[in-house]
Amino acid sequence: MIKRCLLIAFCTMWSVTLYAVVDGHQYPFDNDEQALRFKELASELRCPKCQNQNIADSDSIIAQDLRQELYEMVQSGKTDQDILGFMVQRYGDFVLYEPPVKTNTYFLWFGPLVLLLLLMLIWVVVIVRKRAATDVSVKTGQNNMQSYHRLLSDDTSNNQDQHSQ
Amino acid sequence: MKRLLLFAPFLFIFSLGVPLYFGLQKDPQELPSVLIGKPVPNFQLPNLLEPRVTLSNKDIKIKKPYLLNVWATWCPACKIEHPLLNEISKAGFDIVGLNYKDDAIAAQQWLLNRGNPYEYNLYDAEGRLVIDLGVFGAPETFVVDAEGIIQYRHVGLVDRQVWEQQLKPRLEQLMKPSSLMDKVLAND
Amino acid sequence: MSALYFPELGQYALTLALMFAFLQAVVPTIGVFRRDDVLQWYAKPLCVGQALATIAGFLILAICFVLDDFSVAYVANHSNSLLPWYYKVSAVWGGHEGSLLLWILMLTLWSLAVAFNAKSLPQDMLARVLAVMGMIGVGFFLFMLLTSNPFERVLPTIPKDGVDLNPLLQDFGLIIHPPMLYMGYVGFSVAFAFAIAALWSGRLDAAWAKWSRPWTNMAWACLTLGIALGSWWAYYELGWGGWWFWDPVENASLLPWLMGTALIHSLAVTEKRGIFKSWTLLLAIFAFSLSLLGTFLVRSGVLTSVHAFATDPERGVFILLLLGVFVGGALLLYALRVPEVSGQISFSGSSRESFLLLNNLLLVAATSTVLLGTLAPLLVDAMGAGKISVGPPYFNLMFVPLAIGLMLLMGIGAAARWKNTPWSSFNKKLWWTLLVTAVLGLVFPFLYGDGFNIWVSLGIWVSAWVFAATGVDVWDKTNRSSGRWQGWVSTSRSYKGMVLAHLGVAMTALGVTVVANYAVEKDIRLSPGQSVKVAEYRVDLVEVTAMRGANFVADQGHIRMYRDDHLVATLNPQKRKYLVQRNVMTEADIDVGLFKDLYVSLGEPLENGAWAVRVHIKPMVRWLWLGAIFMAWGGGLALMDARYRARKPKLLQAGLVTQVAQ
Repeated sequence: MIKRCLLIAFCTMWSVTLYAVVDGHQYPFDNDEQALRFKELASELRCPKCQNQNIADSDSIIAQDLRQELYEMVQSGKTDQDILGFMVQRYGDFVLYEPPVKTNTYFLWFGPLVLLLLLMLIWVVVIVRKRAATDVSVKTGQNNMQSYHRLLSDDTSNNQDQHSQ
Repeated sequence: MKRLLLFAPFLFIFSLGVPLYFGLQKDPQELPSVLIGKPVPNFQLPNLLEPRVTLSNKDIKIKKPYLLNVWATWCPACKIEHPLLNEISKAGFDIVGLNYKDDAIAAQQWLLNRGNPYEYNLYDAEGRLVIDLGVFGAPETFVVDAEGIIQYRHVGLVDRQVWEQQLKPRLEQLMKPSSLMDKVLAND
Repeated sequence: MSALYFPELGQYALTLALMFAFLQAVVPTIGVFRRDDVLQWYAKPLCVGQALATIAGFLILAICFVLDDFSVAYVANHSNSLLPWYYKVSAVWGGHEGSLLLWILMLTLWSLAVAFNAKSLPQDMLARVLAVMGMIGVGFFLFMLLTSNPFERVLPTIPKDGVDLNPLLQDFGLIIHPPMLYMGYVGFSVAFAFAIAALWSGRLDAAWAKWSRPWTNMAWACLTLGIALGSWWAYYELGWGGWWFWDPVENASLLPWLMGTALIHSLAVTEKRGIFKSWTLLLAIFAFSLSLLGTFLVRSGVLTSVHAFATDPERGVFILLLLGVFVGGALLLYALRVPEVSGQISFSGSSRESFLLLNNLLLVAATSTVLLGTLAPLLVDAMGAGKISVGPPYFNLMFVPLAIGLMLLMGIGAAARWKNTPWSSFNKKLWWTLLVTAVLGLVFPFLYGDGFNIWVSLGIWVSAWVFAATGVDVWDKTNRSSGRWQGWVSTSRSYKGMVLAHLGVAMTALGVTVVANYAVEKDIRLSPGQSVKVAEYRVDLVEVTAMRGANFVADQGHIRMYRDDHLVATLNPQKRKYLVQRNVMTEADIDVGLFKDLYVSLGEPLENGAWAVRVHIKPMVRWLWLGAIFMAWGGGLALMDARYRARKPKLLQAGLVTQVAQ
């Protein structure tokens, strides 16, 4: 336990600094396109040892180094793919805020789509059924008119609830 | 049938509870190294003790498994683990020191005052090798085998427990003479 | 010192509250089973007892903070004698234990409000509702007293002073954000309790929808404001100008909000038309379940977040257990008790029911997507399939299309009639509006920006569409011979509420679209007396001075911003060093404008007396939060609708009339 506490104490030494890092002036670019790419890539790469911050916002030493590395790579004209590949090779998929489409993330990328289609299917089925439904229900005790009567008789029925047990 | 369908939300939530429970046992901060099973990346770094001399992979002439320790004078945990590193070194284990983003003079002074447990001292002022190693802070300690392949990484302080339970058994395991068969497997 | 025994007194109060909660859970339950009026009647006084004891416990903790009683571990860890008194009070909810107490306090206050504002509710239903609230109370009191006691002492060596409140939390936004947020979170427990009571009694008619609707609206309005306050706070306090990070903790508050939004729409259908009953019940259970899940995510440490509390796996297991008991129990009850056959009321594909169902399904899709993205790192890790991160790129890509779909529906749904709306009977203006706003969306990026941008076009289109369609609808519905104003006044409060809330959504969407695509951010190096151009502004640094606050020292920049040589803003951003924890913090300075914020933060001093300065230009960022205010206002207005305020006989008549009229 003590070890864990110590570890936490040290972790905070190198991770959490919650103030804005203002060092963009250190990374001058010749053109706006590169500057924009730098900014976007820095915001899409997760600082490996922080509390869920990207490398643009984190002040940890490793984030500073990664910013510098990123700057040099953007400067030297590397493609986004090269840069992201470089980071993944060293830190794993963890550094990507946009997880790659792989077997372990299929559910993440296709799940919402499948769900959406399923929900739309439900909508269609409900509509088809409800269009065919007749307004007067005879089948069940959940009859609409009964509800009205119940509503009306709320005054008197407070304890006469047949449904409870 | 319809009644059974009504149990779906219940079952769904319960199945969600299982990973949540197992998630509790795991540390979301723990990040395994991607470099396990891969060789130590190529480097060209000055020797901390003789900055004019450049060291590269082939200059590391350790013919047995060793530890690669990332440290810096600005790192408070490094101060705590240093005596243990001295001890480990005295016990006959080799350690390569990788000094990270530091002032060379201060780092030399540190080794002078606290003892030098390192067989080789690499000086990585810009964090090149550190990034190639996928390090995210100091201290971090790697177990590297005799062929220069990274076998294990420990993040954070090396204390006696970590040494006895994680690092030492691994080093000793790697030191056992492996059969030719194992070597064939390892090269697959 | 008379305060010596205070913490024990506080602990006593909380234990007493636990007893009351326990009795509140048990006594009315027995009363319901034995049909005993007297035992059911006890629900109310027991609820009062629980509330009073909890309030006492809370006040005592606040007093411990104000009196600097550092023998209490929680006080020592979250306060300091130098802290100004108002932050000492807000520090009560600055950490895990105290914020949990605030959570429970909100729960008891909601119970109290239900107990005293439910005159139209039959006694046996009230007894059930309060019993469920009592059960939730028992669970959380146990959690607090067993794992997170705020009154735990550090004895015998009492710290001389406290370690101080995290400077980020020393701020006005953080005084009000958590109470508002928790009021919303916990407010869904009322809808939950009503749903459980309905399932328990088997009385699943439109009446329970009528009872729980105002409470749900209230909770939703509070949650809306709470989330907006959090976003506003992050914007000005963190100093990097962001307003939403898709951080797990933010998502944890968005999830019940999305589900709650679905719930208030579904409740409307259930109340007016007596359909979707089992669906609405399920939503009510899920809305509160997601609140509980949020509590779990924030306090268990299963996910890494900027905002998470110091965590402890033991607490995580406890909350997971609570989650299992409440959610599992509720869903089991649901599966066993909900009627199999729903009402046979017909409606067509173009009816209001149909659009509201679609709205619900899209909201469920959005909730599931955010939930999936938030839990994915955990799921993948638990399966041993590696470590991944899911961040803004994923959420934006998945969420924005769903939001666009929802907003397109919003305009049509509000104009549609119940049962059936023949396409020909929609106002022709509506279709013209759809077309005109689409053209506006296409043109906008050329006028405002410097080229076509599909996301801007879509965002502008749907925002303008919701504005215009809502306007057309109001125009249609206020057509009275006595004049339009009279027509507007005579609409119901729920209608007015809906209009305001929909306009709020359009405002927020507009703000998001513009600020996300046209914000300018530039880091510059400035020496005193020097000026640099950022977009159309000239930024001058006059000087940097040192200053001293109550518990910090700071460098303060004096910056002037000119546009066409006219001074538009004088800004004084600070870089603070807090003396106790020695944290450095940026305190940005913002020139607030309805159409544009100028936002400056001060960075590090550089060589030769220069400073690093970050300048943001944030167009229309205020609309984000303005929209949220409108949404909450709409929600509040709707719950004051005449039919919820009327006394019993009148209410019944009104209910009957509206239902028969359809």
